Amino acid sequence: MAVTIETSPDSVAPAEGALRKLTMRSIAWLQAGPMMLVFALFFLLPLVLVVIVSAWDYNEYEMIPAFSFRGYTDTFEGCVANLPELCTILKTYLKTLKLCLLTWGLTLLIGFWVAYFLAFHVRSKTWQIVLSLLCTIPFWTSNVIRMIAWIPLLGRNGLVNQGLIGAGFINKPVEWLLFSEFSVVLALVHLFTFFMVVPIFNSMIRIDKRLIEAAYDAGASGWQTLVNIVIPLSKPGIVIGSIFVITIVMGDFVTIGVMGGQQIASAGKIIESRLSALQFPAAAANAVILLGITIIIISALTRIVDVRKEL
Amino acid sequence: MTDRSKKTSISRRSLLKGAAGVAGLAGSGTLLSAPYVHAADPKVLRYLGTAVNEGDEISKKCLADTGIKIEYITATTDDVTKRVITQPNSFDVLDTEYFSLKKLVPSGNIFPLDARKIKEFDNITPVFTKGELPNGKKIGGQGTAPWKVLYLEGANSKTFSATPTEYVTLIPTVYNADTLGIRPDLIKRPISSWAELLNPEFKGKASILNIPSIGIMDAALVVEATGQYKYADKGNMTKAEIDLTMKVLTEAKKAGQFRAFWKDFNESVNLMASGETVIQSMWSPAVTKVRSMGIPCVFQPLKEGYRSWASGFCVSKAVAGGPKLDWAYEFVNWYLSGWAGAYLNRQGYYSAVLSTAKANMTEDEWGYWMEGKPAKNDIKAPDGTLMEKAGAVRDGGSYEDRMGNVVCWNAVMDENDYMVRKWNEFIAA
Repeated sequence: MAVTIETSPDSVAPAEGALRKLTMRSIAWLQAGPMMLVFALFFLLPLVLVVIVSAWDYNEYEMIPAFSFRGYTDTFEGCVANLPELCTILKTYLKTLKLCLLTWGLTLLIGFWVAYFLAFHVRSKTWQIVLSLLCTIPFWTSNVIRMIAWIPLLGRNGLVNQGLIGAGFINKPVEWLLFSEFSVVLALVHLFTFFMVVPIFNSMIRIDKRLIEAAYDAGASGWQTLVNIVIPLSKPGIVIGSIFVITIVMGDFVTIGVMGGQQIASAGKIIESRLSALQFPAAAANAVILLGITIIIISALTRIVDVRKEL
Repeated sequence: MTDRSKKTSISRRSLLKGAAGVAGLAGSGTLLSAPYVHAADPKVLRYLGTAVNEGDEISKKCLADTGIKIEYITATTDDVTKRVITQPNSFDVLDTEYFSLKKLVPSGNIFPLDARKIKEFDNITPVFTKGELPNGKKIGGQGTAPWKVLYLEGANSKTFSATPTEYVTLIPTVYNADTLGIRPDLIKRPISSWAELLNPEFKGKASILNIPSIGIMDAALVVEATGQYKYADKGNMTKAEIDLTMKVLTEAKKAGQFRAFWKDFNESVNLMASGETVIQSMWSPAVTKVRSMGIPCVFQPLKEGYRSWASGFCVSKAVAGGPKLDWAYEFVNWYLSGWAGAYLNRQGYYSAVLSTAKANMTEDEWGYWMEGKPAKNDIKAPDGTLMEKAGAVRDGGSYEDRMGNVVCWNAVMDENDYMVRKWNEFIAA
């Protein structure tokens, strides 16, 4: 793209210009080629296979390459018959969406202010780097260890409960701190806020400081500057961060499993239990459904902000 | 505009770099694993199984005794089955449970071993071969009891044989009787029935195993104990029976009976040790682990009996005909020759060949673990840590008392597909 802009077609003969354009174009294709190949081989092809397998039949121990919508019909079992009561899949997705929404809202709120602080209040580049590295500390240990660490803290006999009892606020341990939606959202926010901080920080750091000075000179209050300048210009970062958080949470089953005491349903968990039972086509069908729903959410987000235009 | 397009080209390049990095990593992976095929020691067996039986001590002793190097491939029960079905060439020896045979045998990916080449085969406990104790007492056979799936009709047959043949699906190695683990210090009263698992008294303090096929059997034991229903076979329910059992579980879940479900050994230990749960389905070594932390925990015998499991060895079909098959026979024969059996017995499991294990244990150890006698000296774990002080008696007592009271075995039901769907419904409820 950069190259085509720089060449001026007027200075050369039309035929030659067309030829050069062609070679330029093929060079561009060649440059993008390796990535496209990797993408096609390791992303598109497996995806196509998943979609194909999702329409296969299966028995106790193998997939049968015969057309069957069993994976799908089983998944939506009872969705019409049990009305007005919700069927399993709807209940599961409502729960997953609820957790996703809560996590998204909280990571956005926290992530935005952390990024804001880093971008506008920390003046020296060194400190900005040091503080962003500090944000990565939760990632120095494995996901599982980070989750298990909550148990001695939030458990029935954990630190928080002992502290509250000791301070006289409660007289018997609070149970909803652990193995509840609260603990799931807490762990998810703890794990994924960083994915919000980085892209938002990246957007904010690129905001021309003169714009903010101009707003100040024109008499805008801090709030007006935030709403009219900082937030609109941080939108790409917000959307990219949101895409990260939403796609991860929609497919998560490990965090929801461990922190929810395996008692909270999630879209990922349904796929996992199907896989464990060797029901690959049913698992693939559920994966296709999850993918479809995630794509709908993401495309709605990109509708609000055209990330490509803003970058 | 030019500025922007520059930026995109940079990011595209860095993306390409990233892709190259990933490709490089993948490449180095294969480079690293390549020399491994030509390793100096020619007798290597890849041993696929769960962490339960894969002790470092066993592989060290085996190498010293036979020169066979065992390389463990550790996976969860479900993943072991998945691997056998999808990658039969990725292992040599398979250590798995009898209940997964209903999936493994029809896949044709495992090769039965020849009973005539197993030296101790005739000394294998009748628990496996006849469904009875050495003293002749019959054992409960609901579920996938090992004697129902022990033999095949022929070398390449996919049909289980009701009568003994020389083609053995899994050469028996280890088994145990499972029950509820409890915290006597927090419950403060005797527990004697499976019904207590769903007793509202323990609301928010109970747990079950989150492996659907096993969790539902524990629930069925509760349903029978409370007198709500009597199953023809708890390990092979009809759709109506699955509905009934899941309804009982769902009601308990909605009422807040369960603190959490566990899937892995350490999870069960953490739940119990931290006091999050006071009553839950459990495995024997997990109870021992809690106790070794100085926390009282009992593997409580219950009047309705135990749910049992058993595992054994077979080989991958890829091994058949090659030299690895001979090593596999050598390894299995070594395994049954006593040292490993004694090692397993000292962990609270039971060895398939009792006579050879006994020869490798002290009289006091045998008395404590197998005969339900009070320990004369301190009982030590295989790694030397103190498990029980002198004078202690094993929970549930002797081998006859424990194995003799087994009522059902871990199983895969005919209606497994339906059951998994119902389990997902239960989790979502």
